[in-house]
Amino acid sequence: MERFIQVLVDGWATGSLYGALAVAVVLIYRATGIVNFAQGELAMFSTFIAWGLMQAGLPLGLAIAGTLGLSFLGGMLIERLVIRPVEGGEVLTLVIVTLGLYVLVNSLAGWIWGFGNRAFPSVFGDGSFHVAGAAVAVESVGIVAVLIALVLGLYAVFQRTKVGLAMRAVSFNPDSSRLVGISVGRTLMIGWGIAALVGALAGALIAPRLFLDVNFMGGVLIYSFAAATLGGFDSPFGAVLGGWIVGIAENLAGTYVDFIGSDLKILVPLAVILVVLLFRPTGLFGSPEVARA
Amino acid sequence: MSLLEVSDLEAGYGPVTVLRGISFSVDEGRIVTVLGPNGAGKTTTLRALSGTIRRSGTIRFDGEDVSRHTPEKLARRSVAHVPEGRGTFTGLTVEENLRVGAFPRRDKQGVAEDMRHCFRYFPRLEERRAQHAGEMSGGEQQMLAIARALMLRPRLMLLDEPSLGLAPKLTRELFKILERIAREDGVTMLLVEQNANLVLQFADDAHVLEAGRIVLSGTAKEMQADEGIRRSYLGV
Repeated sequence: MERFIQVLVDGWATGSLYGALAVAVVLIYRATGIVNFAQGELAMFSTFIAWGLMQAGLPLGLAIAGTLGLSFLGGMLIERLVIRPVEGGEVLTLVIVTLGLYVLVNSLAGWIWGFGNRAFPSVFGDGSFHVAGAAVAVESVGIVAVLIALVLGLYAVFQRTKVGLAMRAVSFNPDSSRLVGISVGRTLMIGWGIAALVGALAGALIAPRLFLDVNFMGGVLIYSFAAATLGGFDSPFGAVLGGWIVGIAENLAGTYVDFIGSDLKILVPLAVILVVLLFRPTGLFGSPEVARA
Repeated sequence: MSLLEVSDLEAGYGPVTVLRGISFSVDEGRIVTVLGPNGAGKTTTLRALSGTIRRSGTIRFDGEDVSRHTPEKLARRSVAHVPEGRGTFTGLTVEENLRVGAFPRRDKQGVAEDMRHCFRYFPRLEERRAQHAGEMSGGEQQMLAIARALMLRPRLMLLDEPSLGLAPKLTRELFKILERIAREDGVTMLLVEQNANLVLQFADDAHVLEAGRIVLSGTAKEMQADEGIRRSYLGV
């Protein structure tokens, strides 16, 4: 029983991390119809910036806060310089551009920081407490709490603020948005900025559980795509729930299904993607348009 | 004084030129209609004015040269364009559509007041304020599109075939409301229509487009009265 609770909570926390990156992917997909394959690498780059700031002497919390701000600006810059020229282009063009961005950011990070791995401390420390006899890491609970706060915050921005309303309007109808005076370009820049910020947050939470190196987000991105697909690809709530399901399923399968173990755990997200696309392409919360596109 | 002055306006799509240099003006407070057969360039005229397509020539709005303004900049100058096919935000609720229509405005009080004003014209929209625009009928969506444009507190409204896809009775009601908006709120209107017979009853002035050129201009009354004009240009 203790073991089960541990596995469950751990899976829930891991799933929240997948969910966080999935939210970033979904935000950009909703706003622009682009699946950003580089989302994980951008998060990796952001995490390195946080690490760099710490090396320069900043305390962890301040380094992360600064990184979130820098990532927001960086996301806006990428939209303006890399994405804007191909916006509204063929799907294949957009896919290639984001894949190119993936390689570019990955190589750039390797060039700047090298390919070795580094330890990255957790904001939640390494304490734990006991629930029904099971040891639960403070970090796990903290991660889940951060993700819930993140989604509620995003919900408030989208539903309650003028910028949020504009972002939703642009995602539904860019042409009409311009006719009511919304600057579509600026709105999309903000959307990319928010996605990059969310990705950076995911990176800073994931790095302590793995090691920080230039490829540490590669595997996570696959889990996040599974989470986003399960959630319907255009719903942030769906992405979070999808992340939780994938994370818990992965951990349970890794622990209790003998032949899977920790080596074959990566099959879980791939199986999720396959099954969802075969039997329910709109996922749990997706709009039907997503299936038709 | 003319609110809108257009001279030598050319416009088109990619390599295709549709408008071949048209000039006209719209006086403040008038309802002006642009008539003509399919493909004459009616919709293109409105798109060229609001800047959503390639264009050249001179457009002056309220004395200011707006020939190179982007659509969003022109909207902030209080020119509201209700595009063909309505252009509502289908995934947003009725109320959100109206709020987004007031995007450039900072006066919260005025926006709230204008929303109530819109609901007086279109009580139906108030009943459906929490519903998604995409779930509404064609007539209701057209009302929403017009109401959304009103939320900009426009001085000039560009309307592209508001009667498209509506039953005759509904169309007539809609035109009556448009006329009230023009007369009571002092909104100048430039209206593109296929249904010449109907629109000439409401409009003050009319221009007839043919193959990208204005071939006839005059008051709506003159056009209605002249059997020859009606037969040769308007097909009614």
